[in-house]
Amino acid sequence: MDLLYSIDWYLILTSLAKTVVVLGIVLGMVSYTVYAERRVCALIQDRLGPNRVGFPTTLLGAKKDFSPILGGLGQPIADVVKLLIKEDFTPAHVNKFYYWIAPTLGIGAIIVTLAVIPFGSSFLGDPMCIAPNVNVGPLFIFAFSSLGVYGIVLAGWSANSKYPFLGGMRSSSQMISYELSLSLSVIPLFMILGRLDLGKIVEYQVTHGWLLIPITNGRMPSFAQVLLWFPIFISFIIFTISMFAETNRLPFDLPEAEQELVGGYHTEYSSMKFALFFLGEYAAMIAGSSLIVTLFLGGWHFPGIPDGAGAGGIAGLDFLPAWFWGLVNIAVFFGKVAALLLFFIWVRWTLPRFRYDQLMRLGWIFFFEIALVNVFVTAIILAVFPT
Amino acid sequence: MPYTVQRPKLTFWEKTYLPQVIGGLMITFGHFKNMLAGKTKVVMQYPEEKPDGHLPEYYRGAPALVKDEKGRERCVACQLCEFICPPRAIRILPGQLPAESKWAKVEKFPQQFDIDMTRCIYCGMCEEVCPEQAIFLRKDYAITGFSRDQMVHDKTKLYEIGGTLDGLVFKWNPLK
Repeated sequence: MDLLYSIDWYLILTSLAKTVVVLGIVLGMVSYTVYAERRVCALIQDRLGPNRVGFPTTLLGAKKDFSPILGGLGQPIADVVKLLIKEDFTPAHVNKFYYWIAPTLGIGAIIVTLAVIPFGSSFLGDPMCIAPNVNVGPLFIFAFSSLGVYGIVLAGWSANSKYPFLGGMRSSSQMISYELSLSLSVIPLFMILGRLDLGKIVEYQVTHGWLLIPITNGRMPSFAQVLLWFPIFISFIIFTISMFAETNRLPFDLPEAEQELVGGYHTEYSSMKFALFFLGEYAAMIAGSSLIVTLFLGGWHFPGIPDGAGAGGIAGLDFLPAWFWGLVNIAVFFGKVAALLLFFIWVRWTLPRFRYDQLMRLGWIFFFEIALVNVFVTAIILAVFPT
Repeated sequence: MPYTVQRPKLTFWEKTYLPQVIGGLMITFGHFKNMLAGKTKVVMQYPEEKPDGHLPEYYRGAPALVKDEKGRERCVACQLCEFICPPRAIRILPGQLPAESKWAKVEKFPQQFDIDMTRCIYCGMCEEVCPEQAIFLRKDYAITGFSRDQMVHDKTKLYEIGGTLDGLVFKWNPLK
């Protein structure tokens, strides 16, 4: 009995609840990101996307399928059902152990990184982050997304065939190269902020203005802040471009699309395992976008809206209870992530893809050097104007 | 003689490719905006909007046989269309017109005339080669059936699609 009393049930139950909520939202967002990509790319190409399938309310007795304005909102449901009921076939020539664990490594490593991202301020006193107060937030994220590379390498290797092997090798080398500029590009940020705890980074941005848009705290930025905006902006550009490369999105699409003719590292995979790779790519996009939003765009903060404890907003919004604003902050966070995802999709359908040697040259020579110079410039500015 | 291609001189900003990227993003955004605002008119929502009203005159749909204004079937089973059809979709069994029939001077008629619509490629060669102006390509494009037998159009079906055609046969027109 003493054991039952000594366990912190509140922590366990709230963490479980938050995990379920985050997983639900993120996995739902993954399928709808696929739908959004199909719609947005169709509109860019002067055609409409899928606009026929609605939510299957006719199964529940309604007269028509429900799909307001957009039409086609049930398309992701149809896709998921198709992927689930397809035959899950294991070819005879694959290395069975690696074949089975590769997709889980791919998507599992990415989903774990969502644990440290603060997706809201607080709700009824509980911080809206599955694992709050982790002092090494971004380091945790970089470590786990590096494990995602294993998923691709093992998939390419286990399939025991030419094209997956080449695709896997290319993809893994691309991802490893861009991890360099990914990590280096945010070092100036941590030099300025002085901390790595993602929750406290967002709180800093609430008081001092978003790192990318310093006027969102309502005050004019100081001279040092204006001067520091330039390294922050360069850091943002390099981080976003490296995030494109990490998630194998165009323009760094070579491992995935050159083998659109064949399939790349997921050639030999059928229903659910292919779905895990496919959705893992979009989950990586969402995880990357949430990290960019947290570090540069102020996380869950919107100027004028109070946080989950009711503090910090414009006066006059007191008539609504504090927990309502907690929910609004969660919605603001996911709204920013959705906007960034739309930007990812927009860039994909605009730019042609890089040749492999151009890609490697960009990663190892161009971005690496600029990120290094950025670190030195930030150090000099911070030495001259200590804040 | 080696010919060196002159690469264009790029300014500093152009070398970063950022202006070109942003220009490209603006172009695609323009397309996106025009589609949303309804200003682009390239999409036809198929089952609700069909092109049937405004198909061009020369549109090649499914082939059909015609009768002339006196009710005689124009086809004389010369089998030219059968021989020229690229996928060999047409099968004709010629027969002799009985001596007491009204049109006995024509001598031949098709006992069976089958066009396999799963083979037909809608090329129009049968219409071009026919000396009797007996076979024409109509404007219907959606040929469906529940079985392969239904997809073979026999003589009655072809005359039903075709109807009647008045006028001169082109072979009497030296300009054609």
